[in-house]
Amino acid sequence: MSTINLDKYQLEVSDSCATLHIYGDWNFSTGIPQLEPLAAQLATVTGCRDLTFNFEKLGDWDSGLMTFLIGLLANCSEQNITVDPKGLPEGIQQLLKLATSVPEREGTRRPVLGQPVLARIGNVTVEMHRNWGDLLAFLGETFYAVLNLLRGRARFRSSDLMYQIEGAGPMALAIITLISTLVGMILAFVGAVQLRMFGAQIFIANLVGLGIAREMGAMMTAIIMAGRTGAAYAAQIGTMQVNEEIDALKTMGISPIEFLVLPRLLALFLMMPLLCVYADFMGILGGAVVSALMLDISFFEYYQQLQSAVALKHFLIGVIKATIFGLIVATSGCFRGMQCGRSASEVGFAATNAVVTSIVLIVVADALVTIICQILGY
Amino acid sequence: MSTKNHLDIQNLTMAYGDNIIQENLDFRVAHGEIFIIMGGSGCGKSTLLRHLIGLMQPYKGKILIGGVDLWESSQDERNQLISRCGVLYQGGALWSSMTLAENIEVPLKEYTNLNAKQISEVISYKLSLVGLAGFEDYYPSEISGGMQKRAGLARAMALDPDILFFDEPSAGLDPISSRLLDDLIMQLRDSLGSTVVIVTHELASIFAVGDNSIFLDTESKTIIARGAPIELLKNCQDARVRKFLTRES
Repeated sequence: MSTINLDKYQLEVSDSCATLHIYGDWNFSTGIPQLEPLAAQLATVTGCRDLTFNFEKLGDWDSGLMTFLIGLLANCSEQNITVDPKGLPEGIQQLLKLATSVPEREGTRRPVLGQPVLARIGNVTVEMHRNWGDLLAFLGETFYAVLNLLRGRARFRSSDLMYQIEGAGPMALAIITLISTLVGMILAFVGAVQLRMFGAQIFIANLVGLGIAREMGAMMTAIIMAGRTGAAYAAQIGTMQVNEEIDALKTMGISPIEFLVLPRLLALFLMMPLLCVYADFMGILGGAVVSALMLDISFFEYYQQLQSAVALKHFLIGVIKATIFGLIVATSGCFRGMQCGRSASEVGFAATNAVVTSIVLIVVADALVTIICQILGY
Repeated sequence: MSTKNHLDIQNLTMAYGDNIIQENLDFRVAHGEIFIIMGGSGCGKSTLLRHLIGLMQPYKGKILIGGVDLWESSQDERNQLISRCGVLYQGGALWSSMTLAENIEVPLKEYTNLNAKQISEVISYKLSLVGLAGFEDYYPSEISGGMQKRAGLARAMALDPDILFFDEPSAGLDPISSRLLDDLIMQLRDSLGSTVVIVTHELASIFAVGDNSIFLDTESKTIIARGAPIELLKNCQDARVRKFLTRES
């Protein structure tokens, strides 16, 4: 007979039988011994075919002991050692039975290694393809909903439309005021430093007026609305997806596009031009303040110069852009919301994607409209 | 396993603001028993559970876990006390951005000094206990409602809690899954020696697993019956309790 003492247990070997004496506390707080030394000792014992247990001196125990025993049983099975569970306390026997009562289904476990690069590229490509398909379907359904609206057949609550208009219009005025005024002031400040070198201070009104009316008024409004309203649309609709509210609409035969997307699309379509005009006014006012303070240009002079430099068509170009941007923001927000998965994290992704998609499309659309205006001579 | 896993509720009054939900609740949950908190919808069962697990502070009265007052302890002591309790929420409440393994890993990393290999072994063991061996890398959204519930139980058991709380464990489960979950709860109590507190109004579960119980009443805002559910069914004379237990209208 030989005995092998290891931390917290003792292996006693005689002929073809081994007995494992377990003693002391076996819990997370006191630490759990490694299985490997015991497995190595069992492997070196020649002729050992049976393993029994002695738990008489076992103290406090928890799942740490269970994981150790599960590992040991697996090891014994590999080494063709028969384990007699009789020496195990009843509670431990029950837990072992419970843990092995539902065997792992074949093919359930996922590979630990990450996917190969080619597989990832393939998956991204397939995902992009699916995204395009989803987007086209969404745009088609939205177009159909707009047609229904024009024919007076679209179904949505007018109170929803008013609520969305309030959210996308009056509620956005404070942030639009702040950002537009600051953008106008920054434009004027940057221009003032340069124009003063040539004694051309008065042209600050041209710079600010054209910059704000044609580009920055619409662009800044759109970016604010993408971050503020587009993300909110994605989060609202995404949460409705998670809570199966969209499914509830579908099963009642109500088109979610008409019921949810249309009011939001209409709200931004109606509010964006107005917000843009307001942003233009605040931006130009910001420029006037900087001109008065830095360049001693009176408000009257600034106004007169502005009148000669900026025509109505420049404001109209800005307003048209703003309307297009509004449609982009609403479409992106609603599309990402409708695409949302069924979990809380998916709602976050939907909101982020809505903002990113909106901003990218806004810049692309801005470039296209600018080129078209150039070609048409506006 | 610890034997200090009894609960004492002394003169507990629960309220939202000044709106009293239940008052003067006195009961004891003994070590190793399966205790049922029952009552009709809206009587304050889930609110009581939220008080027992430290999510809500009592309006009045005491909650003692293993003899230690939950709300007269410091925040650290309270966290330690709560970490001895495992909670299975009604919908599982798994963190959706994490895999099942990561869900179970969070408390293990927070409260133990186990290394990565040991944590992984404990996760596999806990999942195998609830019949989800091999599902470590699945996200909650990829498994069924019943499986989510069982995964929630595996997470609740991550730290081998002395007391297990269940909020409507059978809700949303088919009768067979519900029965299997009841069996699992009893097996875990028998093998782990944990104390189990269940909030439910599922009669089948109440009679199948309950050793002891209290019945909360909405109108009188207090406990109107207590004892083993089977005994209440046989002997309780209160009409409200009889109606509930016999499904009389």
